Amino acid sequence: MRIELPHVGESVTEGVIGKWLKQIGDSVEKYDPLVEVVTDKVNMEVPAPATGTLTGILVEEGATVPMGEAIAEMDVEGGEDEGTAEAPNTTSDDRGAPEAQAPDSDGQAKADRVGTLLRDVAPVGPTGSGGPISTGAGMVASRGGRYSPAVLRLAEQHDVDLSQVTGTGISGRVTRKDVQSYIDSRESEPTVTEDSERVPLTPVRRIIAENMVKSATTIPEAWTLVEADVTGLVGLRERTKADFARREGVDLTYLAFVVKVVAEALKEHRMVNSSWDGDAIILKKRVNVGVAVAAPGGLVVPVIHDADRLSVAGLARAIDDLAARARGGKLGLGDVQGGTFTINNTGALGSVVGKAIINPPEAAILNTESIVKRPVVVGDAIAIRSIMNLCLTFDHRILDGAEASAFIADVKRRLEAIDPELSV
Amino acid sequence: MSVIEAVREAMHEEMARDDRVFVMGEDIGARGGVFLATDGFVEAFGEERVIDTPLAESSIAGIAVGAAMNGMRPIAEIEFADFIWPTFNQIVGEAARARYGSEGTVGVPMVLRAPYGGGVRGGLYHSQSPEAYFAHTPGLKVVAPATPYDTKGLLKSAVRDEDPVVFLEHKRTYRLVRGEVPDGEYTLPIGAADVKVEGEDISVVTYGLMLHLCLEAARDLEDEGVSVEVLDLRTLRPLDSEAILETARKTGKVLIVHEDTKAVGIGGEVAAIVAEDAFEYLDAPIMRLAGPEVPAMPFSPLQEAMFMPDTERIAEAMLELARY
Repeated sequence: MRIELPHVGESVTEGVIGKWLKQIGDSVEKYDPLVEVVTDKVNMEVPAPATGTLTGILVEEGATVPMGEAIAEMDVEGGEDEGTAEAPNTTSDDRGAPEAQAPDSDGQAKADRVGTLLRDVAPVGPTGSGGPISTGAGMVASRGGRYSPAVLRLAEQHDVDLSQVTGTGISGRVTRKDVQSYIDSRESEPTVTEDSERVPLTPVRRIIAENMVKSATTIPEAWTLVEADVTGLVGLRERTKADFARREGVDLTYLAFVVKVVAEALKEHRMVNSSWDGDAIILKKRVNVGVAVAAPGGLVVPVIHDADRLSVAGLARAIDDLAARARGGKLGLGDVQGGTFTINNTGALGSVVGKAIINPPEAAILNTESIVKRPVVVGDAIAIRSIMNLCLTFDHRILDGAEASAFIADVKRRLEAIDPELSV
Repeated sequence: MSVIEAVREAMHEEMARDDRVFVMGEDIGARGGVFLATDGFVEAFGEERVIDTPLAESSIAGIAVGAAMNGMRPIAEIEFADFIWPTFNQIVGEAARARYGSEGTVGVPMVLRAPYGGGVRGGLYHSQSPEAYFAHTPGLKVVAPATPYDTKGLLKSAVRDEDPVVFLEHKRTYRLVRGEVPDGEYTLPIGAADVKVEGEDISVVTYGLMLHLCLEAARDLEDEGVSVEVLDLRTLRPLDSEAILETARKTGKVLIVHEDTKAVGIGGEVAAIVAEDAFEYLDAPIMRLAGPEVPAMPFSPLQEAMFMPDTERIAEAMLELARY
């Protein structure tokens, strides 16, 4: 039976094959991890869909493969399971690419999606436009190594390996523009001389780069900054943090409070919790707050799903768990997908003002900067207060200054209202 | 100036310039034509140069062919293009072949003018688009401008052309479309298309009333970040292959829009030119948006609206192509 790279969620169209964990001839148990695959900032493992023997490896390590393409072959023990081998992944079995349904030589329908995410046990919620991957209807580009004449011509002229180009057309089709921007980015690379060293991109670095270029080139961004007097919050944290750490086993961070008030504010300002969809704006019903984390391989943004339903303590625990797993490279796809808003805690890096780039397809991103003690005029006196800058980058297609300012003012108001005598 | 005023001014100037030019057609004399294209002409040039004809299109065309062969420069008006069929033999069978058949010695320097197209609730007999039938014929020129500037400059060139020109004026544009026309004498070359709006993402090739809807749709899409180049063919025979290929190579994505029905229409020829000579530049299938496979423009307003491509449907097609 053929083993295909599983579809794992909208907006993920391809994966980079990492290390093969089984070799040809190895016998495998159902669910044994076969190969590591890097997609959209996380590693996953494709498990064996059945018990048997691995008979073929179709894709080399390091190659980029569209979702749904065959990557390996195996003999199934007993040989009877072939038509019925069940995908352990319960979330994607209705998303099968049509080509996977072609009858095999025995005339039976091939196995549906095979392979799944071992670590991703939670259902992967839809992102972006909010529905399952569409695999048909209308003007659908053909997959499987077919390219338009313009793409082929350009690739040949500039000696481009098309498997390295990420498609932005319908169903991830590689368009002429995609090839052109790939060429442009390649040509702008500095020439390597004796005085410099060329470091090949890791898959994660490449995906980050593509997302950032997509954000910077497609989203008309605007930026705003407000100061929040968080003296009350600082007092509260100082008073309760030792107790909290003892009781909860995790640190009580400022970030947990910020996520809490941002989640509350997002419920009030629904346009900020949305995404651009070409001819409509998609308002998100769930508040899933992403938190940027510096991991060894590069930036990752794990998502706290339904952050509005968690207490400060719950959020502190969730952040601690996600950050630890991010640093350990143990995030599943479900941990990084479905975000509706991102918080970038640049204060932890010592920054006091910064401009973040929006994490597509979200509508805005918030920088929470260092809390700094500053002399501030209160009434007619000068007082020393703890001040935090809040910097919001927002998609001006969705939000105007008035709406964005109302949102950030609301976040500010909620932060400033935190009572130091509160119990956490 | 409106399109109908451009028509009137072009003919008036050409008649004043050249004694051999005369106009003929139904109701064009005292009545000044159903659309008032020749309003005031009989007073200015007299009944010998502004000839009211019987309701017999075959003889209008036939007389024009004969006059042209004998050194005159007739402008024959068919009241509505829907009634152009009786001229078919005279135009396609005779006028188009005269120069070829006479080894170049006999030309037919005539213009056959006809208001065409729908959107005016004209029903089955006052709405049709006959361009494809004539554009198929070597030996004819077929012109279909969409703006006052193009109409005036091209009509004057048509009058001065040594060979027969079928000059199609979209009747909906007559008073709907206004535009600047320079003072004084000018002509525009037949056979040259014109990029009305430059763009980067997709090319739309069109003509006639649809040009204006395409321009409107292109403006709408600008807000969505889609940059549309709009090419106005202006002349349907000979087609400006170079301009078509240039825009196709530039964007790699071509949409053709016309009001005439799709199969074996002008769009098919444009698509073939692109497929033959710009294949390696194509980044998407060539798309056509055109009238449905129905024998004629219906009378009911709802059905008429269904028949005519509208701005919304054009924008949808543009977006689909841009996203491909």
